[in-house]
Amino acid sequence: MTVRQQVLYLWLSESALDSEVIAWAFHDGTQGRQGGIPDGDPPYKTGLAALEEGWLLLQSPQITPPPPGREFDPGYLPYEFVFERHWELPAA
Amino acid sequence: MPAADHRLTTREMADFVVDGYLRFEGIVPEALNQRTVDEMRRLMPVKLARFGPDVPAEAEGAAQPRTGTPLSDGYPPPSAIGEMLRLPAIRGILESLVGPDPVFDHDFVHFVHAGSGFRQLLHVDAIIDSTDPSFDVQLFYFPNEVRAGEGGTRFVPGTHLRRVRAEGVSRYHRIRGEQQFTGPAGTVLVAHHGLWHAGQPNPSEHERWMYKIRLNPRVPQVKLWNTSDLDALQNDASDHVFATVPADSVGRRLRRRHDWQRGHEERYDLRQRALLWRYLSGDTAFDVDYYLTRVEQRGALVEEVGSV
Repeated sequence: MTVRQQVLYLWLSESALDSEVIAWAFHDGTQGRQGGIPDGDPPYKTGLAALEEGWLLLQSPQITPPPPGREFDPGYLPYEFVFERHWELPAA
Repeated sequence: MPAADHRLTTREMADFVVDGYLRFEGIVPEALNQRTVDEMRRLMPVKLARFGPDVPAEAEGAAQPRTGTPLSDGYPPPSAIGEMLRLPAIRGILESLVGPDPVFDHDFVHFVHAGSGFRQLLHVDAIIDSTDPSFDVQLFYFPNEVRAGEGGTRFVPGTHLRRVRAEGVSRYHRIRGEQQFTGPAGTVLVAHHGLWHAGQPNPSEHERWMYKIRLNPRVPQVKLWNTSDLDALQNDASDHVFATVPADSVGRRLRRRHDWQRGHEERYDLRQRALLWRYLSGDTAFDVDYYLTRVEQRGALVEEVGSV
């Protein structure tokens, strides 16, 4: 048997895990041999909903002070949560 | 719908500030669309070859504009691309945003062949940018009909005022409210240079042609549009959603949210929109929900005291 990882990025509307999903990205180390993510737009309503579906939280966003003078400039989506799950697959 | 002089209205300008683009469906006549495709076919190998070691001769029948020159100097007759750029409707749109006879920055022919699986990652073209509210525009011209899923450009409305690096947004595979262009032949999108976008696969049997040109302003971008309706819509700093709001105002229009703008983060985008509209309207008294004025007034009090 061999282990493969799937990674799910969810960008939430606020810094809380139970806030709404506004963007997402799914990376599949099983090359489609295992389940993906739901088809919805978004696939999960909140970050918590992904936990409830079996995703394991790898990383929460750091809340760091912006540089002086740039406190209110919008940039990247700030609340990035990273999830994973592992699958055991038959060796190739 | 633009005004009778082909320039944009105040409402359209406000929509541009909110969405980062405007769309003009079928604005280029069909007879011209086919001629531009023919010219793009001749131009594309020249454009691609410039990335190689040998610079080729100019494309037959179309002189290449030089970066930094007025738009009117480029693509003289009988160029079909030039004819498209000189259409009164196109000139009116461009004049409203970047002023008369803007500066040619660069252009390119974007071709997605039938059956192409190539997918670009989301990105911004403004790799190196300023932090002031001035902007370039990029005109995306689709000479053929683009059906759903047939290589239409993916883009995310409202992202144009965010400070990001070009490929830093590539990790966002899907964003709520994003769009993929579909539309009839001769449709033009005119976008703020900061809009997030990406080329898409074209699994269809149809070729997908798109001409893109970037233009810089040569004058301050203040009141360049048809401002006959501006006085009726311009609001002052008293326009506040939790206090008093006119029935129709620029402020009301700037508050429109996109689907990805949830929670309180969208207020930072709203502040950027207010700053851009202050520049466009030349009016430092303008504000939306008092965000700028509140801080400026308190700051003035501290300045009275001197160093603290």
